[in-house]
Amino acid sequence: MSSPGPSARPRTAARSRAGLVPVAVILLWAVVAALWPHLVPHDPALQDPTVRFRPPGPGHWLGTDQFGRDVLSRVLAGARPVLVVAPPATALGVLAGTAVGLISGTVRGWFDDIVMRVLDAVMVFPTVIAAVLFIALLGRSPLVVVLVVGAAFVPIVARSVRAATLVEREKPYVDAARLRGEPLPSLMVREILPNIRATVLVEATTRLGDAVFAAATLSFLGLGQPPGSPEWGAAVSDNRVWLQVAPWTVLAPALAIGSLVVAVALLSDALRHRLEAR
Amino acid sequence: MTAGLRVEALSAAYGPATVLHEVSFAVTPGETFGVVGESGCGKTTLGYLLGGHLQPGGRHTGGRVTVDGTDILALDPAGLRRWRRTGVAFVHQDAAGALDPTMRVGTQLAEVLRLRGLGRGAAAAEATELLRRVRLPGEAARRYPHQLSGGQRQRVMIAGVLAARPRLIVLDEPTTGLDAAVRADVLDLLARLRAELAAAVVLISHDLDLVGRHCDRVGVLYAGRLVESGPAAGILGDPAHPYTAGLLDSAPRLGMPRRVRRLAPIAGRLPVLGATSPGCVFAARCPVAEAACTTAEPALDERAVPGRVVRCLRPGTAPRITAEVTSQTAATVRPEPGQPPLLEVRGLVRGYGDTAVLDHVDLTIGAGEVVGLVGESGSGKTTLARAIAGLHAEGTGQLRFAGAALPAGLRRRSPALRRRIQMVFQDPDTTLNPSQPVWRILKRALRTLRGKPGVAALAARTRLDEELLRRRPGQLSGGQKQRVAIARSFAGAPELVICDEPVSALDVSVQAAMLELLAEQRERTGTAYLFISHDLAVVGYLADRVAVLYRGVLVEQGPAGPVLAGPHHPYTATLVGAAPSEPSQPALVNGAGCLFFHACARRIAGLCDVTAPPLAEAEPGHFVRCHLDPAALPRTEPTTSIGGVRA
Amino acid sequence: MRTFLLRRLAAVPLTLAGVSILVFLATDVLPGDVGRTVLGREASAEAVALYNRQLGLDDPLWLRYGRWLGHFLTGDWGTSYTLREPVAALVGGRLVASLTLALFAFVLLVPVALGAGLVAGARHDTWLDRTISATGLALGATPEFVTGVVLLVVFSVQLRWFPVSAQAGPGDGPLAVLGHLFLPALSLVLLCTGYVARHVRASTIAVVDGGYVRAARLRGTPPARILYRHVLRNATVPATSALGVQLQFLLGGLVVVELLFNYPGLGALLLQSAVDRDVPTLQAAAMVLGLAYLTVTLLADIAYRLLDPRVRLAVAR
Repeated sequence: MSSPGPSARPRTAARSRAGLVPVAVILLWAVVAALWPHLVPHDPALQDPTVRFRPPGPGHWLGTDQFGRDVLSRVLAGARPVLVVAPPATALGVLAGTAVGLISGTVRGWFDDIVMRVLDAVMVFPTVIAAVLFIALLGRSPLVVVLVVGAAFVPIVARSVRAATLVEREKPYVDAARLRGEPLPSLMVREILPNIRATVLVEATTRLGDAVFAAATLSFLGLGQPPGSPEWGAAVSDNRVWLQVAPWTVLAPALAIGSLVVAVALLSDALRHRLEAR
Repeated sequence: MTAGLRVEALSAAYGPATVLHEVSFAVTPGETFGVVGESGCGKTTLGYLLGGHLQPGGRHTGGRVTVDGTDILALDPAGLRRWRRTGVAFVHQDAAGALDPTMRVGTQLAEVLRLRGLGRGAAAAEATELLRRVRLPGEAARRYPHQLSGGQRQRVMIAGVLAARPRLIVLDEPTTGLDAAVRADVLDLLARLRAELAAAVVLISHDLDLVGRHCDRVGVLYAGRLVESGPAAGILGDPAHPYTAGLLDSAPRLGMPRRVRRLAPIAGRLPVLGATSPGCVFAARCPVAEAACTTAEPALDERAVPGRVVRCLRPGTAPRITAEVTSQTAATVRPEPGQPPLLEVRGLVRGYGDTAVLDHVDLTIGAGEVVGLVGESGSGKTTLARAIAGLHAEGTGQLRFAGAALPAGLRRRSPALRRRIQMVFQDPDTTLNPSQPVWRILKRALRTLRGKPGVAALAARTRLDEELLRRRPGQLSGGQKQRVAIARSFAGAPELVICDEPVSALDVSVQAAMLELLAEQRERTGTAYLFISHDLAVVGYLADRVAVLYRGVLVEQGPAGPVLAGPHHPYTATLVGAAPSEPSQPALVNGAGCLFFHACARRIAGLCDVTAPPLAEAEPGHFVRCHLDPAALPRTEPTTSIGGVRA
Repeated sequence: MRTFLLRRLAAVPLTLAGVSILVFLATDVLPGDVGRTVLGREASAEAVALYNRQLGLDDPLWLRYGRWLGHFLTGDWGTSYTLREPVAALVGGRLVASLTLALFAFVLLVPVALGAGLVAGARHDTWLDRTISATGLALGATPEFVTGVVLLVVFSVQLRWFPVSAQAGPGDGPLAVLGHLFLPALSLVLLCTGYVARHVRASTIAVVDGGYVRAARLRGTPPARILYRHVLRNATVPATSALGVQLQFLLGGLVVVELLFNYPGLGALLLQSAVDRDVPTLQAAAMVLGLAYLTVTLLADIAYRLLDPRVRLAVAR
């Protein structure tokens, strides 16, 4: 007997309100990324040797760095490079991964075997090494970051979509569709895809968080955009030698990254809970 | 102090929803009390509450449970723990889930004994002895649960009861999901257990037949209320409450096909949990309800029938179905002379990897004929169904359909050919695409199967409420989903519909409605069925002919009556339930002899284990794969003991 | 199990081949002009061309790959362009340093993650669970250099409890070495805890709400005994594979953490050699790191299968 468990908890309302905070944070950064030239108090690239290492205070709310550049302005300007890279990388990884996983899981057979072996090999490949090598090979540009990060997501997304497809594929409603002669595209798009959309959505939000993570990390490693860009990761990396002198120069971009990745993670977790509750 | 179990006005709820409402009964030591009910009626909650356990979210809202005078629900946690060690023991349906997968079986049993104060060594020795007493070999103690079969695991659970020597034993669906032969064995052990421990026993089940045979007294639970309780024979023979009568009249009986005893399904469906109505909970589905029934809940009536308690204003007034005992011979559809059979299966072999599932199966189905296929789980029933449907193509053997070769794989069947063979599946929850509303499911089926009528006409033909068409499968009950699935399979003009356990996931009252629907569709269209079930009574209700599958081999095939009553294969005899099979031994390694050899009561050593038995025609059209002389084959009178409707 | 092992082992050379081809391709195209890099800016164009020819850089790609792989397999890893040291010794020393850090982090990770997951699972859907789960989620989403920076600012700059650099001085005892390693290890642990704890939590819930724990309760087994006998093992075994995944993460995270904490490990070497276009070092560092990665993945898979009797007993057959 299925027990009427405590699934319908009264705190869903409280939860959904708490879920608004991450959305607000993400929207805020999106607005900043779009409009930062109108929002920054100073030119983020402007060097002023008279105000080097100024601690946070009036005039420079988050202080200044070794060149006397305004940290707040640089943090605001640093939102764009991340947000320009992460969503397209996610879209690339999720779209390609879903297509591969759905086709592979529906068709099965030798095609599936080959695809899975290739994905296995790619998955085992250490991502960081691959990223270092690829970027060394292809040069530093947002497009390269999008390609590298997106490509790294393809096997992950493909495997989880394939797993979900295999589960659905074994269900009688798919057998019934095959018995009445539905063609393969119809099986995939009409029958299976709508029923694995939760998996795809959860993958998309999870990968978005990972993409921000990866973009920030690549930037920290000096593999993001060319030097001089106000990227958050690069700012942490460039200023870490001044950690003891001017911790704010490191802390401010670090916390900016933290706020964005945590917001995305909480949003994707909330989404996952909602989809799984159904 | 009262010896035994006393349940007084016990109530429980999940959140605001009442699941048990003032349930009262008493069980004396040595007595067995059966609790019968369909899913969602509160059986499981009641069972756990007897051990002082509430499932997550559950609340005890009133009443008492006393065992030998101890008020269980008033004990503090430490006291409850101490009481449970010797006070109560449970046997659940899911023995696999009740055993820790990472601990050896012997260690788990020893743990129970050590809780009773035994030392480590003594507990281990006693555990082995207990396993021996439930007819498990001594080395079973060193096995992990997953290395045992379902029946063996259930025996370990029974050994656990023996270890605890409790005052109260709660058996919650102890044999559901076990195969017929194993089931007889487990029930036999349970009967001995009862005799030995002299404990109060509560047997919870959805199976009326089982409860009728093994209980002294019975309570019928409906929507959390005990609607009727009293002596088992009386209640099952002459029910007073309309719900009890409805349950009995919707359960098929072995040896009573549809033309002899037509089932009467209960209308409507179980009230949603927590739904409240001022009157009787059964009024909405009751055939004899009157105005008074909907205004106030009937009180427990102890005088209407002596020795019984009934919660009904009009006890004993519900109309009953009667069996027409006719001498009418089987109305088997005889194929027109010269016409090929609709479906011919020859030497079909199917498997998964190296495991053979079907071994040279031969089967024919005539146009318009209903062939029942029975066998225990793992016998290959579903594989055979899927092979015929073209969903499992890898393997050898020939298929012919209406005289022409039928390609093994769906992909190689022409669209026109595909439309002639459709399928109805077991699990109502996955049989429909959950993201499409019912009308779209049917519309798509009509389009692809070239069905003539519109969605509304199709729905009407299968008695599907118009208002259900706009719903998605998630908003339908199990019976409604299965009805949509049947409608879908009849969207075109199928000549063969393969029904793979179409009613086994449904409750008795819903099951009857589905069997009736299938029967009506067949009468209307003349479609043939391959009807698969593990339940012989269900198969016997609809089938013209019956085929019996045992571990991938078709051991018997013939007209329904003789196959079920005999002379039949010794294996079929165990399915019908009269002969408990011997405990199964490991399978034959060489596989040269009869696969049933190890469990057969009539085996001929030196013959059956060496030579594969031939398929012999025991009677015209009735084939049995056995070395025994047709005259020596067992015969079985159906042993159904329920009720006065016995033919 | 045997087929599983064989399949996994068969995949190792395949993946290694993939790693080596990628490493070779990237590094072969990458350096531009090796002779120029090695001989320096002042060398004449003729000298550079001669040097390149002597190195065989004009040969076809597959020949160069074969030669390179042969050298690699025979342990002839060349000399670092920038550090002027034999690459084998250099990479060996760095590998030891990295493994020390990774192992320390792993030793910290196991009790923290298992404990957090068990507590959250056993008390699931309480404020304690929600706090643990949300914290783990947030930390798991945050890059290790971000948490590392915060840890540095708080514990090194403000409180001065731990040194800023991960590299111990020459005369430091083992305790001081661990003190230097603590913050980098902790930033790795914080990254990985959430993921492992989430798995442990899920399996704990499955166990705690599952049949055999309920059966044990119904037999009157004391709660402590239930936790010890039934929950602990059943809830942590499935998490082994999660730990394996995290071990990979630890290795990958080394690049970042070593850079942030100025730790002379293999990751830092990989990155530095890529930036410096120090091809022999880059090749060796990538190959060794890839090999370590593969080993860890394989070990985690095997460990998981050995811990679960359902799988373990299938091995014997």
